[in-house]
Amino acid sequence: MTRTTRPTHPVVADDTPGSLAALAAPAPEHVADDVLVEVGLADRMAPCPSPLGTLWIAWNGRGVAEVELATDGAEALARHEERSGRRTIPGDALPAHLADAVARRLAGERRVRIPLDLRGRTEFEIAVWTKALEIPRGEVRPYGWIAAEIGRPRAVRAVGTALGHNPVPLIVPCHRVVRTDGSIGQYSLGGPGNKRTILAAEGLDPDALEDAARRGARLSGSTTTHIVCWPTCRHARRTQDRYRIAFRSLREAAAAGYRPCKVCRPTALEAAA
Amino acid sequence: MDDTELAHRLARDLDGTFETLVRAHVDRCHAIALRLTGNPHDAEEIAQDALVRAYRALCTYEPERIRELRVRPWLATIVLNLCRNRARTRTLPSTPLDPLVEAGREPRADAASDPAGEALRTADRERLAAHLAALPERYRIPVVLRHVDDLSYAELSAVLGRPEGTLKAQVHRGLALLRVAMAGTEREELSA
Repeated sequence: MTRTTRPTHPVVADDTPGSLAALAAPAPEHVADDVLVEVGLADRMAPCPSPLGTLWIAWNGRGVAEVELATDGAEALARHEERSGRRTIPGDALPAHLADAVARRLAGERRVRIPLDLRGRTEFEIAVWTKALEIPRGEVRPYGWIAAEIGRPRAVRAVGTALGHNPVPLIVPCHRVVRTDGSIGQYSLGGPGNKRTILAAEGLDPDALEDAARRGARLSGSTTTHIVCWPTCRHARRTQDRYRIAFRSLREAAAAGYRPCKVCRPTALEAAA
Repeated sequence: MDDTELAHRLARDLDGTFETLVRAHVDRCHAIALRLTGNPHDAEEIAQDALVRAYRALCTYEPERIRELRVRPWLATIVLNLCRNRARTRTLPSTPLDPLVEAGREPRADAASDPAGEALRTADRERLAAHLAALPERYRIPVVLRHVDDLSYAELSAVLGRPEGTLKAQVHRGLALLRVAMAGTEREELSA
C-alpha cells in the first residue's frame, strides 16, 4: 500500500496525535466575562459624564441596571455588586451604542430606546417607572398623577417610595415627578438640589413653579379654548399670558366650564385627592 | 467536576452554575472555532456567541432535559454550527497563519518556557495549524474535534451524525494528509 511508503513526521505520527492538542489555544480572558455579561449573570460598570458629575452606569446584555452619581468608581461598583448580587466588572466606557443612547436620552430625546434590566423589581415599581417615562422633558407631574394613571389612585405615598428606589435615574426621569402640593420634593440622585438643577437644565423654573403652586395656581386654563392643563404641559405653556387662567382644582375648572387636556390629563389629580 | 455532575447542577440551579460551565468550556469552544475558521477574531466571536446561545437554550429546557445533557458534545455542536454558518456567509478565505501570531493566539517561539520539550516547536505548530486549516472540511472537522478537542469517537458520532467507523477513517485520512503536507514543507525548507 502506498500508505506505508509515505514519509512519517513526528508532529503527526499516528501514535502521537497529541501534538494536535498543542493547537488548542486558550480563549482570551475577556471572552468568559463577555459571555456572563451578555446573558446577564454579571454586570459591567463604567463612568459616563453628565452635567451633575460623573455617572457610573452598570449594564449587561439585558439592559442598563443602575445609574449612580459617584466620585469614586470603586465604591459605586461595590455598592452595585451588593445591591444586585451580581459580580460587577469595571469597564473603561459604555459600549458606543449605549453611550449614544444615554447621551440622547439625557438631551431630551424620548424616542431613544434604552433597554433596562429591572429583574427583581416589583410590578408596581415597574409600572411607576414606565409611567414616569411618559413625562416629556421640560414638564413635571405630581406623584398623584402617576398613582391615578397606573390605576392605584390611593397609592400616592408608594409612588413616592418607588420613585425614590428608581435604579436608573435620568434614564427614567423621576426628577420630573413633584409632590402633589406642587413643591419640588426629594431626589434620589444626590438630593433635591440636583433635582432643581436638572429641571432648570430642561428649561423649567423650579422656584416659579413652587411659588405658583403656593399661590394656589395648580392648573392652567386657556380662556380661548376652555381647556385646562398641568401648568407645565406644552399646551399650557404656549398659551399667551392674557388668555391664561389659573385654577386651584379640576373641580373649580370644571365648574367654570373647562375640560381637561387630553395630552397631560389633569383629571388624575382629582382622583388622587 | 465531570459532565454529569455539571449537568445535574445546571438542572438544579442554572444561573448559579452557568459560570462554572463557561470557565470549564470557554477554552475548548475557542480552540475548536479557531482551528475550524483559522481566524482568531471569528474564533473569539464564535466562542462567545456559542456560550450565550447555550445559556439561552438552557433557559428553555426542562430540568429533566438538562440533567441528561452531554455538555461536551452539545457545546461542540453549537460551535460547529456557528463556524459553518460563518463559512457560508463569508466569501473571503481566511488567512490562518500570521494573524494568529500577530493576535497573540499562537505563542511565539520560546524554548525556555518549555523545559520538558513536550510541546511542539512554534514553527512546527504554525505549519501544522496552516496545513490543518487547509484540509478539506470533511477531514478537518473530525480531526479538530477528535485531536484538538479530544472528543471520543462516540461523542464525535453524536456531533456529526456519522458512524464511528466512517469518522475513524476520516480522521485517519486527515492525519495522513497532514503528515504528507508537513513532510512536504520540510523538504521545501531543506531544498531552499
